[in-house]
Amino acid sequence: MDRVRDLASKKAAVIFTKSSCCMCYSIKTLFYELGASPAIHELDHDPSGRDMEWALRGLGCDPSVPAVFIGGRFVGSAKDVISLHVDGSLKQMLMDAKAIWF
Amino acid sequence: MGGRTARTGVKDEKKAAKGMWSFDSQFQVTNTLCIKGSTIHSFPVSDFGIFNQSVGFRIEDAATLSGNAVFNSAKASGQAVSPDCNHIGTLDKTPTSFAINRSATQVESRLPLEKVQQTNLVSISSGYTENWGESNMADASPKTDISTDADTDEKSQRSDRGKLNAVVASDSSDRSKGSLDQKTLRRLAQNREAARKSRLRKKAYVQQLESSRLKLTQLEQELQRARQQGIFISSAGDQSHAMGGNGAMAFDVEYARWLEEQNRLINELRTGVNSHAGDAELRIIVDSVLVHYDEIFRLKSNAAKADVFHLLSGMWKTPAERCFLWLGGFRSSELLKLLVSQLEPLTEQQLVGISNLQQSSQQAEDALSQGMEALQQSLSETLSTGSLGSSGSSGNVANYMGQMAMAMGKLGTLEGFIRQADNLRQQTLQQMHRILTTRQSARALLAIHDYFSRLRALSSLWLARPRE
Repeated sequence: MDRVRDLASKKAAVIFTKSSCCMCYSIKTLFYELGASPAIHELDHDPSGRDMEWALRGLGCDPSVPAVFIGGRFVGSAKDVISLHVDGSLKQMLMDAKAIWF
Repeated sequence: MGGRTARTGVKDEKKAAKGMWSFDSQFQVTNTLCIKGSTIHSFPVSDFGIFNQSVGFRIEDAATLSGNAVFNSAKASGQAVSPDCNHIGTLDKTPTSFAINRSATQVESRLPLEKVQQTNLVSISSGYTENWGESNMADASPKTDISTDADTDEKSQRSDRGKLNAVVASDSSDRSKGSLDQKTLRRLAQNREAARKSRLRKKAYVQQLESSRLKLTQLEQELQRARQQGIFISSAGDQSHAMGGNGAMAFDVEYARWLEEQNRLINELRTGVNSHAGDAELRIIVDSVLVHYDEIFRLKSNAAKADVFHLLSGMWKTPAERCFLWLGGFRSSELLKLLVSQLEPLTEQQLVGISNLQQSSQQAEDALSQGMEALQQSLSETLSTGSLGSSGSSGNVANYMGQMAMAMGKLGTLEGFIRQADNLRQQTLQQMHRILTTRQSARALLAIHDYFSRLRALSSLWLARPRE
């Protein structure tokens, strides 16, 4: 959990993924399209990946990846991100966290 | 009249038509009695006898047939048959025919009938079968030009006449000329009875057919209803495949039911909009439509667990809809593009909101599409890697199984994509509702429904198009 929090606070937009996860690929694409450059951490390539996954599940992220943090705060999984994007909140959050400027 | 069976040739039948009398089926028993009472007795015996022998047909037969047919002599000989029924008593229905009340002279004048041979009669009668088949009736009318009355009773009674004629024909030789004696009376009565029984049998048969037909319709309806309730009714009785096919079929059934309900709700909405209902009332209906949309997304979510490929295939939609299929459903961004023009006038804020919504849904759709592409690529890579050589068989098997396991895992993520696509659709509808006023939302929902209805109608037309 600490590692997750630690990594999440390091950049305005942080996404925890797995290299084999295609939904993660979709969310990454969405962020890029919005002009954000999120920090990507692949759990399957991290030594404490399993603990991190467990921690993410503990936050209520199901499936555990992709797990999105904006401004250090946990936003949610793919479903939450899409919902927030549709109602315009995602862009606002990114702007607030200075991940994007317009 | 005349030979109704295959055995009698056309020639015979023509002769028969000329000679034979046909009777109006409506003719009542009472009439014959009246006839008997008022007219037949008045015939001079000799005349009657001549008539008998030459025609091979008895007046009493005619009478006995309980008004079986129409006197066809008019057609045969070109003479008019006067329907002077009042003399006859209670001829209640088609009075066009029976004119036995006329004097014997009239009867005699119809003696072109004498052409009819006894043998002809016999052959006709013996060949005659009692049935009410359509073919029989079809045979009857054109060939012999009998009664204008298409009553099938007539035909059945003709069968009786057939039997009757057989009896009569065999008898004719020893019959005395004073024919209206007890024997005749008895025969008349027997024939009447036979005819009556025949009619009753036919009636019973027809009723049985009708009730069977009704039952069949009811059973079909029950079956349909049971199918709609998701009960798996396998026509082949193969229950082992029940679970496999059930997911797809169950969803199809649920979707059909959802569509019906959707139609109903939309009609309600349309009525509300057209009748300029108040905002509060409209909001209730609009909310119910949106809740109903939530329902289909829920159903699709369940179906994705059971059979994701069925949803992806779009086979649960009509062909034209399938044309626009994206990740198992419609594209929200496209829908919004269609709506903007129909929703005017929009406020500045609304225009901005709708435009942003369109852009957001487009971006999300692109993201999901790219994710799907990545999945496809990953899947093909998984299935295509592996040694083509035959060395190290155990290693190959392990590889193969490993690959399959990985591929299975990737396939499993398809469900997630469908779910997110539906999530996108649902969120787009909700956001649209937030941006628009109640009335605008109502019109938007109507427009969406009408668009898809037209696509479905187009599909029907397409499927029914004439092909060379």
